[in-house]
Amino acid sequence: MKLTLEFGGGLELLCDSVKIHHVSVEPQDGEQKLTMKHLLSWVRTNLIKERPEMFMKGDSVRPGVLVLVNDCDWELSGQLDTSLEDKDVVVFISTLHGG
Amino acid sequence: MEGETAKPAKGRVCTICNQRRAALKRPKTLEQICRECFYAVFEQEIHGVIVENQLFKPGERVAIGASGGKDSTVLAYVLSELNRRHNYGLDLFLLSVDEGITGYRDDSLETVKRNEIQYGLPLKVVSYKELYGWTMDEIVKLIGLKNNCTFCGVFRRQALDRGAALLKVDKLVTGHNADDIAETVLLNILRGDIARLSRCTSITTGEDGPIPRCKPFKYTYEKEIFTYAYFKRLDYFSTECIYSPNAYRGFAREFIKDLERIRPRAILDIIKSGEDFRISTSTKMPEQGNCERCGYISSQKWCKACVLLEGLNRGLPKLGIGRSRGVNNEPGKNTKQAKGVESIQSKQCGNLDF
Repeated sequence: MKLTLEFGGGLELLCDSVKIHHVSVEPQDGEQKLTMKHLLSWVRTNLIKERPEMFMKGDSVRPGVLVLVNDCDWELSGQLDTSLEDKDVVVFISTLHGG
Repeated sequence: MEGETAKPAKGRVCTICNQRRAALKRPKTLEQICRECFYAVFEQEIHGVIVENQLFKPGERVAIGASGGKDSTVLAYVLSELNRRHNYGLDLFLLSVDEGITGYRDDSLETVKRNEIQYGLPLKVVSYKELYGWTMDEIVKLIGLKNNCTFCGVFRRQALDRGAALLKVDKLVTGHNADDIAETVLLNILRGDIARLSRCTSITTGEDGPIPRCKPFKYTYEKEIFTYAYFKRLDYFSTECIYSPNAYRGFAREFIKDLERIRPRAILDIIKSGEDFRISTSTKMPEQGNCERCGYISSQKWCKACVLLEGLNRGLPKLGIGRSRGVNNEPGKNTKQAKGVESIQSKQCGNLDF
């Protein structure tokens, strides 16, 4: 499944300062669908190079990180249970530092 | 609702227009609304705050404290939009402070320079180097990474006032949002800083001084500011200051975000708590006077910027840091203020000076 992931608000610094990543992620073994929960752990393993605690807390994003799936607040699609489809665009923006 | 077929592919429908797909959940009201309705309510709410609190009068010159970050960028955008739409009759300016931090402020100033062109607002930049003779890079070279935020915060506050005076504006607006204010309320409680606690929730401060400051985003959630900036593809800068570890404020910030996740209203409730505090009349408050050296408002003989500067120039950068009161501590001179004195350490990072 091809996805576009975008990191902003300083989160890009955790993944080699690259803002936009085109990635291919498959559902977890034995699952039909790819959920945000699985995507987050995939991102943590494969993209985050330093300070993962800036990105995640427990199995979700750290409070203060905004998540948009296809330009839609993930709070509307079920947060961790959001299921993703091919060519979806997922955006992570940290709101945790000054402005 | 869920079973309706005529709706676009997936997702819920906006609870305001009942037509378009909802794009976000408002933290304040938990309403699920679409992009267009979000723009409308976001701007309308800020207009409401401006009108209700009579923040501006027609014909006023107003400087927007612009860091290039998302808050001030959204503020500049929305304010120029509302000024046109509702005929506020304001002359708006962008005012930026160049602290002299290579790799941080020079980049964010480029953003402000683009905003100058994008929004057609004249820009004034004042620098620490011209005002104080020192850049933050030079200060950090001398004092290291401890207490540097104190210097920067104290200097920035004055720099904004001095820049505003140069622009001859009637008011200065800053992009402090609801999350920032809730965080500051908590910090002031944690520090027992009663003087700041009582003024940090005011939408306008310094009305007795030459240039009042106000915060049109006092009730605006950070989440919505980010979402607005993102949806509108506004050009803002988002890198953390290279010198700012700022652990204490960081904890408070995280705590607020944790609360917000459980109960989004918590942010407004903390602001309300701050507003409703009643300070007992027997509490000694610092007396406001003027700095004997530069004339800036100060509760001490010298203002903090002058004390810090004196330390830097004499090669004693610890002067004015912490509870020991160097220059200001001439015996017999300020016994009166000794009790209610504000600790210089009470202001960690100047990004959020109130």
